[in-house]
Amino acid sequence: MVATQVPTEQQIWLLLEEVSDPEVPVLSILDLGIVRRVQVAADGAVQVTITPTYSGCPAMNTIATDIRLRLLAEGITQLTVHNQLSPAWTTDWLSEAGREKLEAYGIAAPVNGTATGHLLNLFGEDTAVRCPLCKSEHTHLVSQFGSTACKASYQCDDCQEPFDYFKCH
Amino acid sequence: MQVAPSDSSALNTYAPDVREQLLHYVLQLADTSLMLAHRLSEWCGHGPILEQDLAMANIALDLLGEARSYYQYAAELEGQGRTEDDLAYLRSAVEYRNPLLAEQPNGDFADTATRQFLFDNFHYHLLQQLQTSPDERLAAIAEKSWKEAAYHLKWSSEWIIRLGDGTAESRQRLDKALANLWRYSGELTIPTASELNLQALGIIPEYAGLQASMNAHVAKVFAEATLPLPAATYMQRGGKEGRHSEHLGYILTELQYMQRTYPGLTW
Repeated sequence: MVATQVPTEQQIWLLLEEVSDPEVPVLSILDLGIVRRVQVAADGAVQVTITPTYSGCPAMNTIATDIRLRLLAEGITQLTVHNQLSPAWTTDWLSEAGREKLEAYGIAAPVNGTATGHLLNLFGEDTAVRCPLCKSEHTHLVSQFGSTACKASYQCDDCQEPFDYFKCH
Repeated sequence: MQVAPSDSSALNTYAPDVREQLLHYVLQLADTSLMLAHRLSEWCGHGPILEQDLAMANIALDLLGEARSYYQYAAELEGQGRTEDDLAYLRSAVEYRNPLLAEQPNGDFADTATRQFLFDNFHYHLLQQLQTSPDERLAAIAEKSWKEAAYHLKWSSEWIIRLGDGTAESRQRLDKALANLWRYSGELTIPTASELNLQALGIIPEYAGLQASMNAHVAKVFAEATLPLPAATYMQRGGKEGRHSEHLGYILTELQYMQRTYPGLTW
C-alpha cells in the first residue's frame, strides 16, 4: 500500500489483525474483540473505535499507540482512535481462534454464558474450568483476582498446575 | 491520553444549573472511586496472603479506571480546560466530594473488608440502575463498571461471611469494624441538593429503591455471617458536600505530592 492511496476498510482490518494484546501477546486485538468499528473517510482519514476490556486496563493506551504505529508503517497518518464504553465488552466477543490460542498459551478460555449475573451466588459452585495443561476438569478456583484485571487464578487438582483463567465478563 | 472519548452525549443540551449539578455528582462518583482505589492500593505488598493482596490491587485498579472515566466526563462538563489529572490531583480538600466512608483508614483486614462491603453493596446496586440513565455517558460508564462491581461485591460479601462466622478473633475484629464503620454507610444514600434535583429530573436513580435492594443484600450476608443487623443509629455525613474527616488531608498529601512539588510532571 502506498501513502497516497486511500486505504480500504478491509486493509485496515488486516493490519489490525497484526496488533497484539500487550499482556497476552498471542492474541490479536481482533481475537480479543475490542475493535468495534473501522471507518475510512474519502480523504483517507481513518477512525478506529476500540472498547476497553476493563475500566482500569493499563493496556488501552499501549494498544492505541500500537495501532497508530502499525498504520503509520503503511504511511497512514490520519488516524483517530476512539474509546467506546457501551455496549460494554464481554468475553463472549473473544473469537474462536482467540480461545484456542489462549489455551495453547496456558490460559484457560472463559466459559461462555457464565458472566456476572451468577456472581452474587455467594460461595456458590465455581465454574468448571478445564486445565489448559492436562485438560482435566478437576480444577478449583484459588481467587477471582489474578495477575491482570482480566484473569482469575485456578489450580488443577489432577496435575497440580496453577493456571490463569480468562474470567467471564 | 491518546484515546479520544466517543460517547459524547449531548453535553450542551443541559441547562446551566443542571449541568452544574451533574458536574457535582460526577465528581462525587469520581472522588469516591479515586479515594477507595488509593486506600486499597495502600495494601499492595502488605496483604494477609498473596491472593488477597492481588485481589485488593485488582479492585483498586478497577476503581481507578472507573474514576478516570468520570473525571474525563467531569472535565468536559466543566468546560474550563481542566483535564482529568487536574481534577484528580490539583483540587483542595474541601472541593473533594467523596462520602466519608471512602476516606476511612484501612485499619486491619476486617476494617478494609467492611468498608469495601458497605461501599460495594451501594456501588453495585447504584450502577445497576444508573445503566438506564438518560445521560448516555453515565449509563455507558455504569454499564462497564457494573460488571466489575459484581466481582467486588462477591469478594467483600464472602469476606464478611468468613470473618463473621469464622474464629472468635475474626468475629471480634469484624464486630469492631462494623461498630466503627456502619455510621458512615448512611451518607451513601442520603441525597445532597444536587442529587435531589438530578433524581427529580430522572437522571439518577431514587435512593429509596436502591436502599431496599441494599438492605436485602445486607440481610442475606449478615444472616450467613451470623451477625445481628446493626441498630438504627445517627449517620455521619458531610463528605459529599466537602466537609471531610481529618483523614482526607493525609491522603491528598500523598496523592498530590508529585504534582504539587513538580507541577506538570509527566512520566
